[in-house]
Amino acid sequence: MIWGWIPANADRILALTLEHLRLSLIPVVAGLLLAVPFGWLANRYRPARAVLIPAAGVLYTIPSLALFVVLPGILGTQILSEVNIVVALTMYTVALLVRIVADALAAVPGTVVASATAMGYRPARRFFDVELPLAVPVLVAGLRVATASTVNLVTVGALIGVGGLGELFTEGFQLNFPTEIVTGVTLVVLLTFVGDALLLGLSRASTPWSRVGGRS
Amino acid sequence: MNLVVEVVAWFADPGNWQGSTGVPARIAEHLSYTVQAVVLAALVAVPLGAVIGHTGRGGFLVIGMANGLRALPDLGLLILLVLLIGIGLLPLTIALVVLAIPALLAGTYAGVRNVDAAVVDAARGMGMREREVLWKVELPVALPLIFGGLRTATLQVIATAVIGAFVALGGLGRYLIDGLALNDYPRMVAGALLIAVLALLVEGLLAGLQRLVVSAGLRSVPARPRTPRPTRAVAGGTEA
Repeated sequence: MIWGWIPANADRILALTLEHLRLSLIPVVAGLLLAVPFGWLANRYRPARAVLIPAAGVLYTIPSLALFVVLPGILGTQILSEVNIVVALTMYTVALLVRIVADALAAVPGTVVASATAMGYRPARRFFDVELPLAVPVLVAGLRVATASTVNLVTVGALIGVGGLGELFTEGFQLNFPTEIVTGVTLVVLLTFVGDALLLGLSRASTPWSRVGGRS
Repeated sequence: MNLVVEVVAWFADPGNWQGSTGVPARIAEHLSYTVQAVVLAALVAVPLGAVIGHTGRGGFLVIGMANGLRALPDLGLLILLVLLIGIGLLPLTIALVVLAIPALLAGTYAGVRNVDAAVVDAARGMGMREREVLWKVELPVALPLIFGGLRTATLQVIATAVIGAFVALGGLGRYLIDGLALNDYPRMVAGALLIAVLALLVEGLLAGLQRLVVSAGLRSVPARPRTPRPTRAVAGGTEA
């Protein structure tokens, strides 16, 4: 390790970290926002489930670098455009979360839904006030996996020129400079852990009832 | 449209199917990297997960290790290993083994841990030794989840083995890396399609194998819950 390299390049490292953050955050948030309606559909309508769940499985099977490369051909974007990475990682997040959302919603006890209905909740409010909150613990478990894999996959983008901290890997390889790579690896792991901790905190804060009577 | 034609032309060119840089050779390389890594990872993760799941001790270790390893970026790990060890198959294999372990470990652990306690009790009541309980009861019953872990791990390894091409190895990643370097987009797309098809084929193969190997008595408890009835089916969905 050549420690002096880090402060000397602090600006660039910070810029790459922020780029990495942006490239991971957008797909996770967008993926979640898309997965909830899809998951709801899959849980509500059997034919939707029969299409969405296997489709998500197939989508998840497609290797990330392959998707990064093929997307420009489909979207008409530049091959070095960030959009490809963001769209590809969003697709993975949706693919991972659709089944989890559907299963989590299916796990909400029928009696709870019936009680909410009896109290006068209309379907839309019942969904956002009762069913979705009860699905949060399972949802967050899935979101943690999605976040970790997204933060990780962003680095693969470096192979095609857009990769946040992954660019430290490819550059470190070309320069035969391990310090740069260790710095990148450490920051990626840190980002993952911070994301994980934030999600856990969010889950605890949004499900106060799970702390009262033992396990939820 | 133009691109489709060019990609088709690439596949139609017999030159792309012959010799050590042809498609069959690249697929063979890709599969050999994958099999090596998954087998090595399984040799570590399955016994460890089974023992921890059976004794119930060290579960936190599994979760901590799985999360910790998952956070490591594969590309960074691979490049670092290459700089430390030198170019060759070893760094790629290590990086891929590290990648494959979490899913296999978590799957085996969850599978063995979630075997119905009554079933284990019954096995003990029949006079089975602990070793027999693990081998004859817990592991067979845990197979759907172990297979789930195996399939996830294999898919991840196939997808990630692509990065080997960046450090001068072969495999299907070559088409992506070389295509990028030569600005040959059709070649990149062809490579991407080959990887995706390979991943889907292997996934189908493993799913078929799972059907053959898993006891028919467990069919009603598939690794991925199909139409979950009210409360029960959740457990399957959360373990990932």
